[in-house]
Amino acid sequence: MSDLNLTPNIPGADDFYAELLAAHEGLTKAESDALNARLVLVLANHIGDRGVLSAALTAAMLKEEEPA
Amino acid sequence: MNQMSDRKIFEVPLYAYARSPDQDADTPVRHKAVVIGAGPIGLGAAIDLAQQGVEVVVLDDNDKVSFGSRAVCYAKRPLEILDRLGCGREMAEKGVKWNIGKVFFDERQVYDFNLLPEEGHEFPAFINLQQYYFEEYLVRRVREMQETGAPIEIRGLNKVLRVADKGDHVDLLVDTPDGEYPLQAEWLIACDGAASPTRSMMGLDFVGRVFEDNFLIADVVMEADFPTERWFWFDPPFNRGQSALLHKQPDGVWRIDLQLGWDIDKEEEKKPENVIPRLKAMLGEDVKFELEWVSIYTFQCRRMEKFRQGRVIFAGDAAHQVSPFGARGANSGLQDTDNLCWKLKLVMDGTAPETLLDSYDVERVHGADENIMNSTRSTDFITPKSEMSRILRDAVLDLSERYEFARPLVNSGRLSVPCTYDGSPLNTADALQGGPARSRPGSPCADAPLGEGYLLGQLGGRFTLLTIGAEAPDSLTCEGLEIDRLAVEATPEIHERYLGEAESAVYLIRPDQHVAARWPSFDAGAVEAALKRAIGKE
Repeated sequence: MSDLNLTPNIPGADDFYAELLAAHEGLTKAESDALNARLVLVLANHIGDRGVLSAALTAAMLKEEEPA
Repeated sequence: MNQMSDRKIFEVPLYAYARSPDQDADTPVRHKAVVIGAGPIGLGAAIDLAQQGVEVVVLDDNDKVSFGSRAVCYAKRPLEILDRLGCGREMAEKGVKWNIGKVFFDERQVYDFNLLPEEGHEFPAFINLQQYYFEEYLVRRVREMQETGAPIEIRGLNKVLRVADKGDHVDLLVDTPDGEYPLQAEWLIACDGAASPTRSMMGLDFVGRVFEDNFLIADVVMEADFPTERWFWFDPPFNRGQSALLHKQPDGVWRIDLQLGWDIDKEEEKKPENVIPRLKAMLGEDVKFELEWVSIYTFQCRRMEKFRQGRVIFAGDAAHQVSPFGARGANSGLQDTDNLCWKLKLVMDGTAPETLLDSYDVERVHGADENIMNSTRSTDFITPKSEMSRILRDAVLDLSERYEFARPLVNSGRLSVPCTYDGSPLNTADALQGGPARSRPGSPCADAPLGEGYLLGQLGGRFTLLTIGAEAPDSLTCEGLEIDRLAVEATPEIHERYLGEAESAVYLIRPDQHVAARWPSFDAGAVEAALKRAIGKE
């Protein structure tokens, strides 16, 4: 199992963020929420590693302890 | 010292109106170049042309430098350009240099960063300096040049009323305190700002995106112990739902930017009795400060379709306007004139065809588009325009406090860096195998230590053949131009920035210090072909 990578890893981060915002443009809040949910599932499947996914969930919850 | 009681530099006429002999001439006097606007860009253009021996007159409807601090961040590339114009060092010395930035979200600091600029450059990544100082140094440089007989003149209180392109020259009508007079220019450079009257007189479009937001800028003079850092707040308690910025300028002046939102009463918000409580909430009740200047601005991101309109050429905010995030206004304007002036000189001399000026359009439109894209992205991050955009923005900020990965996504303005003219018709295809990408044709030359000084200072402002571990003649004449060779040692910086994997290199560098072509070794035919291309002869 590899560790969850929490260091910068996206080349052209600004381009990515602009593309993410563009994907949401013109959507209602409900449509945007649904898009985000689908995106999470697509990315989770790509990662595939259960340990990494659990660590990512913990990281996103911003819990007091650092994720393992 | 009570600084508020002193007369500020921006209240004193620096180029007072004086009657010109042109106003008494029987027929309109024709000048080689006329520049409209004595702001940073207009003065930069005029100094550049006059240094090349081109006779130039600057017309300005005012007689003083910029009122208030206005543009306060100047990046490395413009300072390098200004050094070539003879006033970069003074500005760098006067300006405030900083490397540490702090980002706050809500009530807490989420992270700080150190810019850690690359070593081995003469000039810092950027400085903070009030626009009025910036303009004052430029005016001082003009005066210095005049003393040595340079053909440069600034005419205060000369307001241009009419502009007409006649094909081989431009007719102007100018208003002064003594009445109107006609004037002619072989070439006219319009640097008259975002609201460019020249653009309006010519009926040219200026389209783009309006951002529905207002920002309060306050310059305060305070004796505070804040460190020399850039502090940026997202949604702070003292300015809920909005952003704030604190930045230091020389002479104990601090720049404060407060986002106000769209539906506000500008005149009310500008009143000291409304501004001061806001600033106290931000700085703390005990901090003593005085207001030097307050302004409210809105902004747009837009550009002209073409910057060259026959014999009238637009530069700076007159040609393109960006949001202030990333300091891309004055900085990109100086890169406009840096790109333009050598081309104009070659065209005036008949060394290059007039069509060379179309490459100004291609290259600087490319630069403007890059600046508009970057500043629009910063604006979208700072002022999210939809609920989801705000949710994502806040998620990035929350994550950035704990995880390094989110920090590159935080966007409170991206440092202004010069653009690479990829795809420019003046470039010759890259022939240096293994050469570093940062120095590919179209790139601005990176500075590097060289002997007692630095590389860019020695490149100067003319075509140069830069050789590293390669033989070449010490000078050559080609297409009516004299090209000197600058042979340098492969120091570690030169190696990294110009050789990469290559053993040796020959670079053809343009007068604006962008790379025109590069090869592993000297070949007279290849250099000649590249030079022809770089001056628009192909």
